Amino acid sequence: MAAVAAIYDELKALGVEVLSMSTDSRFVHKIWQEQELSKMVEGGVPFPMLSDAGGKIGTIYGVYDENAGVDIRGRFIIDPNFVIRAMEVLTPEVGRNPKELLRQIKAFQHVMETGEVTPSGWEPGGSTLQPGPDLVGRVWEVWKP
Amino acid sequence: MPKTPQGCVEPAAGPLVPSSAPPTNTTTPSFVPQEDTMQARVGKEAPDFEASAFVPGEGFKNVKLSDYKGQWIVLCFYPGDFTFV
Repeated sequence: MAAVAAIYDELKALGVEVLSMSTDSRFVHKIWQEQELSKMVEGGVPFPMLSDAGGKIGTIYGVYDENAGVDIRGRFIIDPNFVIRAMEVLTPEVGRNPKELLRQIKAFQHVMETGEVTPSGWEPGGSTLQPGPDLVGRVWEVWKP
Repeated sequence: MPKTPQGCVEPAAGPLVPSSAPPTNTTTPSFVPQEDTMQARVGKEAPDFEASAFVPGEGFKNVKLSDYKGQWIVLCFYPGDFTFV
């Protein structure tokens, strides 16, 4: 979570609010913030830390491991219309890549604003595609990996 | 942080599954969202919930996902505080 906190200013600039969630209680979240996170990131994590005691919320998001009794690593991007745009679920040993999170948010914001679509590996400023009958069979002309 | 008394147990609603009346007089079973199955799908509305939370600078409060409707939200689950990754 400290890695997400480290890019929080960039997320805020994109109009994003972060919510973190584990099966720990709100009391444990507070002490984790004070004892450890505040020493990893100046001021600690700035976003609400939610408790999913019992795993009911993780269950409807498909991330609750009922054998371990915890929510595994899962990240969901939800747009202003309350629609889930992306989900990424990992087994616990591998951490997330915050840069990929930023890339996906920028891509989804771009397509919502322009109606264009972004090809594989798109970065802001990169070429986009105009979906439509004229593009069928001709993607090779405008995009190569 | 406000000095309001805090109880040991603070109920939160958890998943806010739409309460639809059970289907009556119908022969085809209709899909009713279940609390014990995955509902999150890309391109579909995010399942709403209420959870108790620690909010830095504010203290303890209950938070609904839909409180943040209208902005971009990144919802991050992780296995536990004080873990290693």
